[in-house]
Amino acid sequence: MSMAQQAEPAMTTPPGSGPKQTDGRTVRRPLALRLLARPEVGVFLGAAAVLVFFLIAAPSVRQGGSMATILYQSSTIGIMALPVALLMIGGEFDLSAGVAVISSALTASMLSYQLTLNVWTGVIVALAVSLAIGFFNGWMVVRTGLPSFLITLGTFLILQGVNLAVTKWVTGNVATDDISDMDGFDQAKKIFASSFDVAGVEVKITVVWWLVFAALATWVLLRTKYGNWIFAVGGDKESARAVGVPVTFTKISLFMLVGFGAWFVGMHNLFSFNTVQSGEGVGQELIYIAAAVIGGCLLTGGYGSAIGPVFGAFMFGMVNQGIVFAGWNPDWFKAFLGVMLLGAVLINLWVQRTATRR
Amino acid sequence: MTDKTSGTHGAVVQDSAPGQDGLLVELRGAGKSYGNVRALHGVDLKVHAGQVTCVLGDNGAGKSTLIKIISGLHQHTEGEFLVDGTAVRFSTPREALDRGIATVYQDLATVPLMPVWRNFFLGSEMTRGPWPVRRLDIPRMKATADQELRNMGIVLDDLEQPIGTLSGGQRQCVAIARAVYFGARVLILDEPTAALGVKQSGVVLKYIAAARDRGLGVIFITHNPHHAYMVGDHFSVLRLGTLELSADRSEVSLEELTNHMAGGAELAALKHELAQVRGVDTEELPEEDDLTAPVAPSPEGTT
Repeated sequence: MSMAQQAEPAMTTPPGSGPKQTDGRTVRRPLALRLLARPEVGVFLGAAAVLVFFLIAAPSVRQGGSMATILYQSSTIGIMALPVALLMIGGEFDLSAGVAVISSALTASMLSYQLTLNVWTGVIVALAVSLAIGFFNGWMVVRTGLPSFLITLGTFLILQGVNLAVTKWVTGNVATDDISDMDGFDQAKKIFASSFDVAGVEVKITVVWWLVFAALATWVLLRTKYGNWIFAVGGDKESARAVGVPVTFTKISLFMLVGFGAWFVGMHNLFSFNTVQSGEGVGQELIYIAAAVIGGCLLTGGYGSAIGPVFGAFMFGMVNQGIVFAGWNPDWFKAFLGVMLLGAVLINLWVQRTATRR
Repeated sequence: MTDKTSGTHGAVVQDSAPGQDGLLVELRGAGKSYGNVRALHGVDLKVHAGQVTCVLGDNGAGKSTLIKIISGLHQHTEGEFLVDGTAVRFSTPREALDRGIATVYQDLATVPLMPVWRNFFLGSEMTRGPWPVRRLDIPRMKATADQELRNMGIVLDDLEQPIGTLSGGQRQCVAIARAVYFGARVLILDEPTAALGVKQSGVVLKYIAAARDRGLGVIFITHNPHHAYMVGDHFSVLRLGTLELSADRSEVSLEELTNHMAGGAELAALKHELAQVRGVDTEELPEEDDLTAPVAPSPEGTT
């Protein structure tokens, strides 16, 4: 299965001396092989396999309601997996993404409640805080040149501590107060945490947002300058800088995009549960990263897609819920995920080797 | 180079007129210190339109520092750097590119996993549409890249293939074609033949000559005096961060150039010491008098 076609060294033809220089020295690869070279195709097949497996193994999965639950679970992972994947294609990753979700929700909740403001004020301030956290991460990584692993590990620990300490200090409790009777709550809930009816099945609005964001991310990644820059700064930062790509801007804005995702998921959590548990979110960052990697993004950057993580997140949701629906011991969930992750990494490694073969 | 005239209609050509007698870039006593390490000191260099200026030197001679100053990656800390007769100080490679100075780096400044056409236009992408939906003009970029590469004699079946799958010479030519397309007036080539075989080196040298014939000023960095002498109009030899030799083609022979490269003047001095050691044959080594080419005035006498 040679996915990168063997480029014949055309170099041996000196300029102008070839009388008939035409295309077609290499055979056009069959469609199937060309498709397999796409980063998202492997995970698509994987997701389809998992779906078919559980459709057979767990009959209750076949009901519309179960599928809606699976999609909802996938969407809360998937919305965050998208910016995390873009960041990974851009050559960095963010360990603080999981707790940043909680930080954002806590900010909105406590600010609104303690100052008795319209919840929209809290929502806007939370957005500013999330973007600021992203900016800080990006700025530190760009300025120091340290691996983003270290910088965001620091942010991860800081946020984890701040979340707990500040919440206890302000509310005297580890959770925030219920804000469901405050001004603007119903309005905000409509946007972040409502659900609607499709043929008698209740579908959460986050599923729609997830797919809209995925479409947008795909378009940006493949069809805009900014998308080109994301690939370039992840593939070879120095080369990108040398040909005039604004590397600093691209990296910092990618971190801020993760901040935006954290804000959105944070708001969803807040408006669907009315309160926020300050200790949550730890470990989620690895789930996001795993979804991106299973989705075909290269951990070292420069390769991947936005649609792959959609399938990656779907696999997570499917396995997570599928095990429950099948009536198996859910303790096996993490083991299952580990196997999927390893498989995805091996496929990625193979793709990278083949793609760069001379 | 059959139909090279159809090629250059670069998007970012600057219309600033070159200085007198086609002088594009000039360094006057330029130097660069990194902290207390003086990597480059008192270097004079002139780049004329339609000429190849070769910069030679051994490893650590300061060639890379010199390129980085001219291409805008680093700033000089002493002397002057003039483009079209006006003193400049670039803070990013973008500024140098906007003035028509393009660099083809040793690592070719390509992103291996990205397709050929994306690499070709990286950092200067063609777009269409108003802002919120401004998008890449992919068909036009592919067609242009294909045309430009064909002008350089490279025919690729699939511009979607990652550039990492091309051979070293092909990538070199893609990088040169890119620089020429984007309206380079000064082309800096950093060791373009270092990693290539004999035949591929020949092809690259041909492109250097072709670029010169198009009226570009070429700065050709190399440590191979044979390659330099094939295409060069002016030769500057760097040694330990200072200029050891600066001579036109008419003033220097290949042999002298090679001697300077090998550390000529120092070698001659060393010869007398070696002569006192038994078993070292110094007959073949040049005397200092043999090096007739004008040696650049060395400000603080490193030679």
